[in-house]
Amino acid sequence: MATAPIVEIEKVSFGYDAARLVLSDVSLRIAPGSVVGIMGQSGCGKTTLLRIIAGWLRAGAGAARVLGTEVSGLDAKGIFALRRKMGMLFQFGALFTDMTVFDNVAFQMREHTDLPADLVNDLVLMKLEAVGLRGAARLMPSELSGGMARRVALARAMALDPQLMLYDEPFTGLDPISLGVIARLVRTLNDSLGQTSIVVSHDVEECFAIVDYVYFVSAGRVVAEGTPQELRRADTPFVQQFVRGETDGPIPFHYPAPAYEADLAAAAHV
Amino acid sequence: MKRSTIDIWVGIFVAAGFAGLLFLALKVGNLASFSTAQTYHVKAKFANIGGLKVRAPIKSAGVVVGRVSEVGFDNESYDAVVTFNVDAQYKFPRDTSAKILTSGLLGEQYVGLEAGGDTVMLKDGDLLRLTQPAVVLEDLIGQFLLNKAADGKDGKEGKK
Amino acid sequence: MSEPMPPAGPRHWVENLGHHITSKIWRLGFAARFFFYVLLHSGTALRRFGLTIREIYFAGVLSMIIILVSGLFVGMVLGLQGYDTLQRYGSGEALGVLVALSLVRELGPVVAGLLFASRAGSAITAEIGLMKATEQIAAMEMMAVDPIARVVAPRFWAGVISMPLLAALFSAMGIFGGYLIGVRLIGVDEGAFWSQMQASVDVRNDILNGVIKSVVFGVAVTWIAVFEGYDATPTAEGVSGATTRTVVTSSLAILALDFVLTALMFTGGNGQ
Repeated sequence: MATAPIVEIEKVSFGYDAARLVLSDVSLRIAPGSVVGIMGQSGCGKTTLLRIIAGWLRAGAGAARVLGTEVSGLDAKGIFALRRKMGMLFQFGALFTDMTVFDNVAFQMREHTDLPADLVNDLVLMKLEAVGLRGAARLMPSELSGGMARRVALARAMALDPQLMLYDEPFTGLDPISLGVIARLVRTLNDSLGQTSIVVSHDVEECFAIVDYVYFVSAGRVVAEGTPQELRRADTPFVQQFVRGETDGPIPFHYPAPAYEADLAAAAHV
Repeated sequence: MKRSTIDIWVGIFVAAGFAGLLFLALKVGNLASFSTAQTYHVKAKFANIGGLKVRAPIKSAGVVVGRVSEVGFDNESYDAVVTFNVDAQYKFPRDTSAKILTSGLLGEQYVGLEAGGDTVMLKDGDLLRLTQPAVVLEDLIGQFLLNKAADGKDGKEGKK
Repeated sequence: MSEPMPPAGPRHWVENLGHHITSKIWRLGFAARFFFYVLLHSGTALRRFGLTIREIYFAGVLSMIIILVSGLFVGMVLGLQGYDTLQRYGSGEALGVLVALSLVRELGPVVAGLLFASRAGSAITAEIGLMKATEQIAAMEMMAVDPIARVVAPRFWAGVISMPLLAALFSAMGIFGGYLIGVRLIGVDEGAFWSQMQASVDVRNDILNGVIKSVVFGVAVTWIAVFEGYDATPTAEGVSGATTRTVVTSSLAILALDFVLTALMFTGGNGQ
């Protein structure tokens, strides 16, 4: 790759206390223009990684460079300036419930720019058209279905054409049609707007369909990486269990517990 | 909720609030009288002011002409020094006397001014010469007992 | 999967108490820093006053009904009870003084404050807490908009502005209620009612002090409300717990501050 990576994470570790590290020694590189997936089980640290990239959490060790700037060295103003170039789609949309769909999408334009009202109007309608919801502009978020809300949130996150888009579990809890719509939107908008996208998810099929590269995270470490085709053929047991959705493997079915007979016998005496 | 509706209601609310405050200040409180009136200060020394408080009324012929503004103590003559704020429209002669009276039997104490006959009027900062101290209940009772005892002694001597 | 509880001896109890107290003090310190942060970042709330006006609607205007009705009833009760006691000493005509001073000095700011805390304070806490729970606050931060300037500060200033107005409305309604009962129902002389009241209620000492009290209560209640909302655990139980804490803490704060302010303002009879 001739151009510098949009995001560069080098040997980053993070933990809320020294004993339990949520992330240990994680390194990854996101090439510009690509859609990269970060996958793993719930609680494996992938959302924490996203938050470090977005500047919410400060890495305990290692370097995190986003759009050329070292994130952990930034003060509040610096982080806000960096976030102007990023957009994030939250898991359930996180639309502002006291405003209409239109006002939600117009939010960033009105807060950060001095554009005249008719220009804002046109831009908002363009963004809504891109996600297919121009007709819903006057509805309130409470009147939208989950899939529609997430699409509006997508339009809102992209309102100022960010260079980097972060998706936090965009496929969770959607019906198959909405799943397909969101997945298609992530890929198409990324390519047509020249963005770079990071998708954090545990939905294998949808993710593999749209990403260029995947990092697998388990227990705070990167256990595998590669293109979707490579990973399907990989022989890492964790990857195999994850991709095929098997009940038992490196991630055991049973939560650690004392021996079954001993537990039953003990319960009988209580 | 339309923006204009909100603005109207907030306007009504704030107007009502200020109307309430105005009502309190004018109809309930004493803002209507005495706040902007011109006053001049006069001092008077009393042997005992009893329960006279700051803001107590100063009345002459039963009409409120001013308020007590300050109560102090003269460390040399060991008298109380009371400063009056008298309404500028009322002029009193230099030999006006001041008495400390009680409104009703157990009411608040106030200062009663009785105009003298001098042709020269009191100026700002003048001192009233003639004062009468407050009647202190304990002194009255003490006096009464003393008189009673004296009568008793006289009576005994008289009988002898 | 719980471990057996350690024996609950006196040491355990004392440790718990100490931990409880230190965590409360820590939280108070956090709340104080939050307060100053809100003050510092109030520029948006004051420059884009439309935001604050919107919050004044939700905090102040929507509380008007309960304030006016409660004020009326409190005033009427004061009229009834007050007359009952005063006429035993032949001072029935001092009813106006009793009603006016009680309301303006104490009941107006305090009761209006308590009502405001339970109606508007809890609503503010719930709103901010829910915004936090549904990641709206995080989304705002992600869009490089300071949520404290945009969401918290307007609500804070709306509360501070609304409180004195509501307290004044409460007192005015209460005096009107006392008038209705005293003059219209019981038959106290109307002239005596108002003139004695005007002679005894001082604008500077009584009314102004009452206004100062209501401003202080407004600051306290709204500060607690926005802090609890912002600090709430982003779950359903977290938000409901925060709302309850707002009402309880605000009410206690109002009563405690009332004592302190009354002691400072109305000490002694001489006012010296």
